Amino acid sequence: MRNGLFEWEKPLYELELRIEELQKFTADKDMDLSREIATLEKKAEYLRREIYQNLTAWQQVLLARHPKRPTTLDYVELIFDDFLELHGDRYYRDDPAIVGGLATFEGLPVTVIGPQKGRDTKENIRRNFGLPHPEGYRKALRLMKQAEKFQRPIVCLIDVVGAYPGIEAEERGQGVAIAQSIRHMSFLRTPIVCIITGEGGSGGALAIGIGDRILMLEHAWYSVISPEMCAQILWKDSSKAPEAAEALKLTAKDLLSMNAIDEIVPEPLGGAHKNHQEAAANVKAALRQALASILPIPLDILVEERLERFRQLGQWQEKAVAASEARK
Amino acid sequence: MQVNGCLEGVDSMFKDLFRTKPKYVTVRPQAVSIKQDSSAGLWEKCPNCENLIYKKGLEQSFYVCEKCDFHFRIDVWERLRQIVDEGTFEELHTDLVSDNPLGFPGYPEKLAQAREKTGLDEGLIAGRAVIQGNPCMLAIADFDFMAGSMGSVVGERVTRTFEVAMEQELAAVVFSAGGGGARMQEGVLSLMQMAKTSQAVERHHQEGLLYLSVLTNPTLGGVYASFASLGDFLLAEPGALIGFAGPRIVEEATRQKLPNGFQSAEFALEHGMIDKIVHRKDLRQVIGRILHMHRKGLVPSA
Ligand SMILES: [Zn+2]
Repeated sequence: MRNGLFEWEKPLYELELRIEELQKFTADKDMDLSREIATLEKKAEYLRREIYQNLTAWQQVLLARHPKRPTTLDYVELIFDDFLELHGDRYYRDDPAIVGGLATFEGLPVTVIGPQKGRDTKENIRRNFGLPHPEGYRKALRLMKQAEKFQRPIVCLIDVVGAYPGIEAEERGQGVAIAQSIRHMSFLRTPIVCIITGEGGSGGALAIGIGDRILMLEHAWYSVISPEMCAQILWKDSSKAPEAAEALKLTAKDLLSMNAIDEIVPEPLGGAHKNHQEAAANVKAALRQALASILPIPLDILVEERLERFRQLGQWQEKAVAASEARK
Repeated sequence: MQVNGCLEGVDSMFKDLFRTKPKYVTVRPQAVSIKQDSSAGLWEKCPNCENLIYKKGLEQSFYVCEKCDFHFRIDVWERLRQIVDEGTFEELHTDLVSDNPLGFPGYPEKLAQAREKTGLDEGLIAGRAVIQGNPCMLAIADFDFMAGSMGSVVGERVTRTFEVAMEQELAAVVFSAGGGGARMQEGVLSLMQMAKTSQAVERHHQEGLLYLSVLTNPTLGGVYASFASLGDFLLAEPGALIGFAGPRIVEEATRQKLPNGFQSAEFALEHGMIDKIVHRKDLRQVIGRILHMHRKGLVPSA
């Protein structure tokens, strides 16, 4: 990737440059090149659709990881007002890889939580590249319980490749922290909207991914494992990540077809990084609609329906009972 | 299905039966997790201390090395033999067969190999059992079946274990050996089994019922980060590997030398992650005692 551009975008980029040149030429030299420009623009439009509507699973993964893609705090700034960040898990420390706090959404107080990647190297190091430790999940759960106490809706913005696989993270119970978060989030008596904005990697994403409405951005990915690790484990070759991405069926469309999410939030053409405002506006509209649909539901029913949704997930064949009787 | 009765004696007949119909296999007569290749099959070398052990003696010693206490991996039938009151295990949920929901390349072949290798139809069996006189719901994972990983069927069997336990007001006992975590080949559907099983555990918990989780070697990833670590009691076998990210992944990610015994049961105990390490020879008694102490209606005897 150069200048934030992917290899597959280059033909389009070069064409766009050429159009710009001609436009400049028209203005400077007072020459009419409108016919040439119109032709090139048609071609660009065609290419744009060709390129962005036929992305492979792996290209989507790369888009989801684009360094200029809006992070959790970018969305918080563009979608919510009065964000008041709250810190710490009350057991060990504050994990900068997960941010959370109080905010208002169009006047409604909500609790917002999400993993936070750094926007530059320095911030990435401070935030451990957005890879949470157990205390990050414990902070998230603490804030979610606070939200439940005050009947505040919870909005989780999910962008995490996975929970941090570190020595101290293991010593402090990474697995237990994730399990407890899943367990308690499932039963919270307050509305929850989860939005997978970028990467949804494994238990580290699911730990804050149990919601009444689960939305996913067009180019986000969500699966049980990252394509690289999957390729490494299955084929002992992480360079086969593109094949693994395909096999894992991790795109928003795939997840919608498996009922693992409710809705796909469209991104600006070429990805959310091309236009943060537009991306945030789309998320905002989807969030407004999601909240409107769940806020009126009585809490007992809300929680029951949340559980029922997950209860239904899974696929298998049912062997004829006769066959199993026969072998007794 | 009564299992204990067929543990001995009918091996060859059963083996033949299973070879031809691997799809419906759930019973295998012998514990053969142990490699059969050394010294004409009479002796087994302990992988830990290299002590040569007479194989016939292993059964009496619970498949534990008498010299160094190394716990050999055992399959579900040997586990049943060691834990459950004879003839009491009744297998349930056998009608569930793994599908290939993603069309994942090579998955049906992997399933077929695992079935062939273990004689099981999936990586976990579940049912009703009695342990030292205490009825309970029991689920046991088998590491030799795709590393004990959890796909839709394993997740569903675990979930139903807790649901039936709720209906019948029973304790649940689960032996997890999920070294493979959530099963990659079922993608996000495997991930969702973590949610489904954790929710079933919590519902069972809210009824005031007991859940005893036994972590056997190895319990990692999505299995550990869901139902396996949510027991009221967490017991582990000595030396069992317990953690979220496996040691190789941690080593690669951090490029640090791992501390001695990293993620062993002893390490987990020291860091407050489990209640107790129990030697395999004592496991049945300890489980039985805990189950007994949670029986309803116990009163002081004097
Ligand atoms: Zn030994």
